[in-house]
Amino acid sequence: MSGASLTFTGQGAVGVGRYLAWTIVALALFSLPQTAFTNGPSVIGSADLMLAPILLGGAAIMLALGVGPRRLVDLALLAVSVVAAIQLLRAVGANYDKAEGGFWTLVAALWLASWLFVERLSGWDAKSPTAKRAIGLLIPALFGVWVLVLWQLFVVGFGVSPVLLPPPSAIGARFASSLPTLWADFRQTFLKAVLIGYAIGCGSAFIVAILVDKVDFLRRGLLPIGNLVSALPIVGVAPIMVMWFGFDWPSKAAVVIIMTFFPMLVNTVTGLASADRMQRDLMTTYAADYWQTLLKLRLPMALPFIFNALKINSTLALIGAIVAEFFGTPIVGMGFRISTEVGRMNVDMVWAEIAVAALAGSVFYGLVTLLERVFTFWHPSVRG
Amino acid sequence: MAREDGANARSVIDIRDLSLTFETNDGPVHALSNIDLKVEEGDFVSFIGPSGCGKTTLLRVIADLEKPTGGHISVNGVSPEDARLARAYGYVFQSAALYPWRTIANNVALPLEIMGLSKAERAERVKRNLDLVNLSGFERKYPWQLSGGMQQRASIARALAVEPDLLLMDEPFGALDEIVRDHLNEQLLQLWAKTNKTVIFVTHSIPEAVFLSTKIVVLFPRPGRIYDVIESDLPRERTLDIRETPEFLKIAHRVRDGLRAGHSYDD
Amino acid sequence: MTTEAMSHGGAPASLSPFSRLMSGTAGPVIVVVAVIFAIWYLGAVLLNGQLQRDAYERAGREDVPLTEFIADTLAQERPLLPAPHQVAVEIWKTTAEKSVTSKRSLVYHSGITLSSTLLGFLIGTALGIGLAVLIVHSRVLDKSLMPWIISSQTIPILAIAPMIIVVLNAIGITGTLPKAMISTYLSFFPVAVGMVKGLRSPEFIQLDLMKTYSASQGQTLMKLRLPSAAPFLFASMKVAVAASLVGAIVGELPTGAVAGLGARLLAGSYYGQTIQIWSALIVAAVIAASLVTIVGVFERIVLKRMGMAQ
Repeated sequence: MSGASLTFTGQGAVGVGRYLAWTIVALALFSLPQTAFTNGPSVIGSADLMLAPILLGGAAIMLALGVGPRRLVDLALLAVSVVAAIQLLRAVGANYDKAEGGFWTLVAALWLASWLFVERLSGWDAKSPTAKRAIGLLIPALFGVWVLVLWQLFVVGFGVSPVLLPPPSAIGARFASSLPTLWADFRQTFLKAVLIGYAIGCGSAFIVAILVDKVDFLRRGLLPIGNLVSALPIVGVAPIMVMWFGFDWPSKAAVVIIMTFFPMLVNTVTGLASADRMQRDLMTTYAADYWQTLLKLRLPMALPFIFNALKINSTLALIGAIVAEFFGTPIVGMGFRISTEVGRMNVDMVWAEIAVAALAGSVFYGLVTLLERVFTFWHPSVRG
Repeated sequence: MAREDGANARSVIDIRDLSLTFETNDGPVHALSNIDLKVEEGDFVSFIGPSGCGKTTLLRVIADLEKPTGGHISVNGVSPEDARLARAYGYVFQSAALYPWRTIANNVALPLEIMGLSKAERAERVKRNLDLVNLSGFERKYPWQLSGGMQQRASIARALAVEPDLLLMDEPFGALDEIVRDHLNEQLLQLWAKTNKTVIFVTHSIPEAVFLSTKIVVLFPRPGRIYDVIESDLPRERTLDIRETPEFLKIAHRVRDGLRAGHSYDD
Repeated sequence: MTTEAMSHGGAPASLSPFSRLMSGTAGPVIVVVAVIFAIWYLGAVLLNGQLQRDAYERAGREDVPLTEFIADTLAQERPLLPAPHQVAVEIWKTTAEKSVTSKRSLVYHSGITLSSTLLGFLIGTALGIGLAVLIVHSRVLDKSLMPWIISSQTIPILAIAPMIIVVLNAIGITGTLPKAMISTYLSFFPVAVGMVKGLRSPEFIQLDLMKTYSASQGQTLMKLRLPSAAPFLFASMKVAVAASLVGAIVGELPTGAVAGLGARLLAGSYYGQTIQIWSALIVAAVIAASLVTIVGVFERIVLKRMGMAQ
């Protein structure tokens, strides 16, 4: 055996990978005689489950010994893991809260198999940058899927109360059946409070930054204060804003304005000062006036800083609007839904709302990043 | 040879008893004192000296990037500020200082936009000056896609695009390697012959100063002052081979003696 | 004495003490703060004016002199915008003049919030450092988990705060721990991201140097990676401690908690006690600023000892 693995080290799993592979084989063998579910047959005796250990063990042995073309075996491991996952999910679905040793051993083997696949995949030396990026996206995506699968297996297998942690399938079902509500909440919180507040907050901070930059005294006086304010718990102004601007979205937009204002101000002022002396001297030798220097040199130089603030603010705005709704809203909005549904113990609805918030947050951030790549293509951090 | 009639040439730069003192926390620093210098039209003048001798400061005074605290200076017969406002000179910095968000062509067009030239005029001047520095074909590239030497050539094209009679260069090739520097020195001389501009060139390299210049100004530090002005008798048309000739070495030797005399070995 | 201390900058001796102050940072900051207070007072008069006029009308009073009108707008019980001195008096009354154990003492409420903030911050920082070390040493974790940690910074994690509190309450975990978990969660991400960056900050030649000594991974970690990560750690700890406080305050909202700064905010907003809201807010701001400052002081001491700061 050692001779075989020596011969094939160029192709087969090495180091951590080989340990992983042999552990999977051991777990698969170990699971066979055990009971999978309470009052049920052993793993090997159950038609629903017996395929999983055999496939996982077989693929792991091939990998450990380095038999067959490398990438094909790696992909076979993935296919086998998917089949095993589907088997486990179906089996546990029919046996709520009855999982026993054999089942959990298989879950462990499945988990190690997915780990091993990522280990193998990250070792692929992709030639083209496109393939590299595809692998760079595929690995975290797979990781996300495995987290969901394991979450489902654990929650159903242990019979965790849905109040504590609902299974992803329940959250998905709730998401699909509550689309109109989720859309209304999204419109109220995101399309109104967040976007309007973000635009006004960032826009006004930008204008103030241009003014502050022109008056050196103000710049020196406001910059330390702006830096300090960025560290303060500004969401706390939410009750005041609700008192001033009422329950509807304007009070939330006001919170968002205040939260986004200072990061934008500080970053823009810092960015406007970031042109170095040589670049300023160059403009002086051209006898350029204030506005020409601003438009042709200092604003482009400030763009990376401005986009940094826009990215920070995209997250802050969403947090501000949601948290502000905890202090009182009309009966619609993401923060309102989270706080009321959690009170009714409808935790799956809360998760669905959080999924919307996460999606909105990352898409918003992604769009700002996209704009950043377009406008600051020349910056070393973007051109790579 | 074409310049025998030096008496008739107009003084492009006229500096008399110029001084510049910086106020710092540790007391006043005399960056420049008792500077007297005349630069004639078509001259290629090098400022050379150890660091801290004020050679860059003197160039910056000429460019109106620093204000002198005493004495008299005129550029093209007017004050440096008026000369700057009239865009009388082109300035080349130690590094190319090209804007990374502009293509090479748009970088060269930058001063022209500021001067308010028409689009057609800009395009014409950009093309002509990129040709002059052998960068045709790179118009649409961005600065960071070019080598250091090409970037510096683009920045020279940018300075020339203003079409000044006077070119101020502050150690423009200091950051480049020897081979590239030799090559650019040769190209600079050809450019100078073609355009007949007046050039003031700051350097700390003796061979570079001797190879390029018709007049070499050696400066001393603390306070910054002129120690020696060497008129070069080398022919105006030169190739790199001239560096092996006895005439070249004689001038280089004189420059080196001057630098040694001004160098304090305590640092 | 403060002006003495602040004017020790390097400005030329020829300037007067006043212009020296104004040429630094301290002078402009003082002026800007003064302007903010002026605007605050003006805003208080304008915002509360309508309420005051209504009150006069009900009392049948007319032709109230302007000075009395202004004085009255700045002394209302439940103003729309309390004047700074009202907030200051309230803070004084609820801190210095109340026993620390009293339910009406802001010190008591601050202590409640601060304890979960600090507990969460410490756990979060430790977890963040630990995970960063794992990520730097495991290719699988780096490729699969790291993208999620980075993208988690783009989503409003704070939204899950109510759920954590309520769910933990439902299984009998109450008090400091659930709030601390939110703080843990919020401080964990910036520390993990900052530490991964920091542990990767040594340059290739420095890593190659360790290789020439055939140092083990553990030795490289202790002697090179961890020291190089120190500046990154402190920078992210400043972000983390501020986020921890926000987490603890927001964690006090959903259950209608009776103690803590968040509870004071909520109670104030229920009963329209604006002065109470503002004083809780100001105290929270002071705590946030102090926490960040303390981390900053630690940073300066540690980096100085390590020879990384001037």
